Amino acid sequence: MIGIVIEALIKSALIAFVLLTAFAYLTFAERKIAALMQVRKGPNRVGPWGLLQPAADGIKLIFKEEVMPAGADKVLFFLAPILTMIPAIVIVAVIPLGPDVELFGRTIRLGITDLNVGLLYILAIASVAVYGIVLAGWSSANKYALLGGLRASAQMISYEIALGLSIIGPIMLAGTLSLQGIVQAQQSSTWYVLWQPLGAMIFLIAGLAELNRAPFDMPEAEQELTAGYFTEYSGMKFSLFFMGEYIKMVAVSAIATTLFFGGYLGPFVDKLPWLGILYFAIKTVGFLFLMIWIRLTLPRLRYDQLMAFGWKVLLPLALFNVVITAVVIVFVG
Amino acid sequence: MLPNIPELVIFLVLAVIAVAAALGMLASSNAIYSALFLVVNFGVVATFYLLLGAPFIAMAQVTVYAGAIMVLFLFVIMLLGAEQMKPTSHNLLWQKPLSIVLIILLLSISFYVVLGQGVSTGSDLMQNTSGYGSPSAIGTLLFQKYLFPFEATSILLLAAMVGAVVLTGVRKQRRRIRKSRRL
Amino acid sequence: MAHEWIFIGIILLFGTIFAAVPLVVNTIVAPKKPNVLKNETYECGMETVGDTWIQFKVQYYIFSLVFVIFDVEIVFLFPWAVAYKQLPFFAVVEGVIFIVILAGGLLYAWRKGALDWV
Repeated sequence: MIGIVIEALIKSALIAFVLLTAFAYLTFAERKIAALMQVRKGPNRVGPWGLLQPAADGIKLIFKEEVMPAGADKVLFFLAPILTMIPAIVIVAVIPLGPDVELFGRTIRLGITDLNVGLLYILAIASVAVYGIVLAGWSSANKYALLGGLRASAQMISYEIALGLSIIGPIMLAGTLSLQGIVQAQQSSTWYVLWQPLGAMIFLIAGLAELNRAPFDMPEAEQELTAGYFTEYSGMKFSLFFMGEYIKMVAVSAIATTLFFGGYLGPFVDKLPWLGILYFAIKTVGFLFLMIWIRLTLPRLRYDQLMAFGWKVLLPLALFNVVITAVVIVFVG
Repeated sequence: MLPNIPELVIFLVLAVIAVAAALGMLASSNAIYSALFLVVNFGVVATFYLLLGAPFIAMAQVTVYAGAIMVLFLFVIMLLGAEQMKPTSHNLLWQKPLSIVLIILLLSISFYVVLGQGVSTGSDLMQNTSGYGSPSAIGTLLFQKYLFPFEATSILLLAAMVGAVVLTGVRKQRRRIRKSRRL
Repeated sequence: MAHEWIFIGIILLFGTIFAAVPLVVNTIVAPKKPNVLKNETYECGMETVGDTWIQFKVQYYIFSLVFVIFDVEIVFLFPWAVAYKQLPFFAVVEGVIFIVILAGGLLYAWRKGALDWV
């Protein structure tokens, strides 16, 4: 019992540290990649190649004054960024980073834990992640913020259905909800992206919409809503929203890697289990690069187009994908 | 069998939180806060399911109740602009005594049930066989033994969807908009 | 309760601390010089007109209602998908019928124009 608690504490601290670092350097990478793709230089003053830029930003933000807008609901205004942040961290708990290893005479799972209802856990956390955003919009007592919050939450729930349906394919193929189980099932067959190309595509698109990232960043469209649900936020609260968004980016990339791209699998993983983390990281970074690339390439959708795409294209396609997978499994076996 | 001590402590702490959240929901004058207290309550109930060894039900509770249904509630509150309760003009004359009678009835029934059967430690209810309450066991049960209720659920959901579309009268609204655009 | 859930409980605790500590540090070290103009609702320089918390369009409500229904469907389909390979053929067909009935509901809402954003 005590051993488990200590193990959990150490792992949680490590994951939190990794996610924080990933957040910091993801913002840096995004700015640098955006600059390079637009033939600019990007951040290059703080430290060698601008590598200390995230640290400078963090220090600046923590010393910034927080403005509490008049008429705002003070309690919920304070609570909303925290409620955005918690699901982003908690959702990564079920993602396996590698096979089990022996350490100090104990078998340790690489990754926080593994649940037999793992994917349902992810769905549950994703469905409560709406609260932070909708409450941020409401508590600000600002029309832009309220509209942005409502838009964001309507968009998130719309694409959540397609997201939930797209992961039914891998569940059927693997016959388990545990993410570790799904990765192991891919070891004996092959990466599920080959069996579920449509499912993987729907997952990625719906994942982007779930993150409110470009081209689905209507809720924070600068031209019409100033900044959407975080218009009134400043200082550390403002950066918590950003932290939440970028950590969720990492989480969605990691889940896509696990479900469709073999997770930590790669050559020699069964002999050197620690190599799994490396493969996992490489695949996840690939997805993150893809997300940044998409943001820099595609223009923003109009809101009615966005809702129509979610309900009239993505949802029927996802339903179709489930039925087709069911039929194919019955006939091919 | 004595109940597991850490589990009992967790249960008691959560029970206090659940009751406090329920009271907060009733007492809060702001409808948004009421809804959030209800979310807390649902979350605690989900943890109770976990303690009972039913992770699938717990996660379904969070997904459907704390996630989907409460977001619907929040939307309704925000869309109506009904956050602040206005003091009601008509007094609740007969509802108050009736509520007291109903509370007494509920309490006496629960006391009767608890005292009549004794407090169960749950050991007879929980079949701690491996795979009890696992998703695969639920799937097999749902699609073999409880097939008819399951299919009935789909009809129920369909009826709910049709009802929602009819009651909100989208069509009429659209026609009105089209007409106003023509003008 | 299986011990896997202890990990979830602890990371939940960690996540809360992780999110709350920066805010607390911020409130301690940040300067506080509020004034009436600074705390005004931000609308790009214009003074705000009217109440923010007013009645909104009903469309959001319809979408969230249809969402609830499909969310329940997904939760039902998960155990079906898990047990899929152990189920007899006839249970598989039942699952597909379940999907088709709800797709019918979606089609109905679509035809009635409930999914159009007006």
